[in-house]
This record gives sequence, structure tokens and C-alpha cells, in this order.
Amino acid sequence: MTRIRVLAGLLAAMLAGTAMAAPPATLLPPLESQARQDDPAFAGFSAERGGRFFADKHGGKWSCASCHTPDPRNDGRHAATGRPIAALAPSANPQRLTDPAKVDKWFRRNCRDVVARECSAAEKGDVITYLLSLQ
Amino acid sequence: MLIRFSRLALLSAGLCAVSIGTAAAEQKQFPVDPTWQAECGSCHVAYPPQLLPAASWDRIFATLGDHFGSDATLDPAVAADLLRYAQTHAGRAANPAPLRITETRWFRHEHDEVPMATWQRKAIGSPANCAACHRQADTGDFSERGIRIPR
Repeated sequence: MTRIRVLAGLLAAMLAGTAMAAPPATLLPPLESQARQDDPAFAGFSAERGGRFFADKHGGKWSCASCHTPDPRNDGRHAATGRPIAALAPSANPQRLTDPAKVDKWFRRNCRDVVARECSAAEKGDVITYLLSLQ
Repeated sequence: MLIRFSRLALLSAGLCAVSIGTAAAEQKQFPVDPTWQAECGSCHVAYPPQLLPAASWDRIFATLGDHFGSDATLDPAVAADLLRYAQTHAGRAANPAPLRITETRWFRHEHDEVPMATWQRKAIGSPANCAACHRQADTGDFSERGIRIPR
């Protein structure tokens, strides 16, 4: 009986784990509809634009690449504290972009650090498309 | 010769006892909180809460939007939990409440033998980078045994 209960618990934990992780591409449709709402002329995300956004300092002190390195398939380092940061591109680090709440949290914080405001849905979609394009 | 040897033996035994005593004192004196480790530990070592007094933690949590130049805002419920944890395990009061652990008298005293050139080594970079030398800092273990200063 106890064994069955333990097994059931394990199964529930596994299912919960699966439910939380979503493939990175599922992040895009909600951003796309928001981008279209923001700008009716929105014509889709661009990996190329995302790459430029990623590398640019936007007039400030840091770019995304300051911590994530110019190639997000590499491990990075926090620009201020030196703390190692695991690679950002899902091809190099399959855990990346699988937890929507985490993605939201880090876009919120890091966009304020890099562009001194929150990023638009179009900008986030471009960057995610760029990260997914890196094989 | 014999005398010299036993003196040396006594001396090393004494040193060992001291270092073990210090190690024990510097090991985990607080329950490690997984959320604290995850949230604070993603940008820097999850600094043990006893390294700053409660008033300092109040100031730090009130200013997470500009946390030493970075946005470190948290979900409000998570922030409230972590502040409670920090206050519960905070260090002794100091006035004025410092924001940087490296500015506390305790920190300066503990590290007074470390020359400026060592802090500036590429693998260290800053005194905030505890884990560069305290290899088990991530788990809250700052014991002398765990120290290895990179070249």
C-alpha cells in the first residue's frame, strides 16, 4: 500500500514537472498577438533584429551580451559580480526558455538594466527568435 | 631534538584545534532557504543573512529596483518571505546600517591580510565574489578549510 502511495506520489511529481516546462516556441504566440495589438503593421519576429538588439548597448552601460557574451551559446559571467551564468541559447542549454514565469522575470529585470525600461512584446519575440535560431 | 619535536607537535596540535574551532564557528549557523539560494544566488553568492544586520536587510529589500545598479525586483510575496528570513537570521545591529557586506568592520577584519592585488586578480575581480576563494560559499559554508585563493 505504502509502495503504491509512493509510486503515485512520484508519478504526480513527474507530471507536475512536465506541466511546468514548456517548449520555448510556445512563448512566441502570446507575444505575437501582443505585438500585433501594439502595432497593427507588425510583420512577424526577426532573428536578425533580435541579434542586433542583443548586441546593442542602447545608449547605456550594458548590452545583453555584457553578461551573456556575444555568442549566447557560451556560458557567461555577471558583468558586475563575476558570477558564472549558464549559456542562454536553448541549443546549448535545454533548460533555457522552458519556464514562462522565469522568462518574464528576467526580461523585466534585464530590460530595465539594458534599455532602462521594459521591453516590448516585439523586442522580446525578436530576442527569443534569435536565441532559438542559434544551433 | 626530541624537545624541539614535541614543541612542534604541541604547536601544530594547538593550531589544528584553533582552526577546527574557527571552522565550526564559520559553518552554517542558519537554516539554508532554497528560495533565498535560488533568488539571491542567481546573480551573486547567496550571501548568508547573518552578515548584515536587520536594518540593512530592510534597506536592501526596499531598494531592489536599483540593487547596486541592477534591477533585482522580486515577486512581492517572494520578497516578503525572503525579508522575513533575512530578519530572522540577521546579524547584530550596526549603526549606520551598511548596504555592503564588504563595508562591515567584521568583513574588513576577516580579510585584512588579503592584499589589493589579490582582489584584482581576474578570477576574483571583486570582494563581492565570495565563491572565487570560498569554494563552498554557495552552500553557506565559509570555513577556512574551504578556502582556495586562485592565482
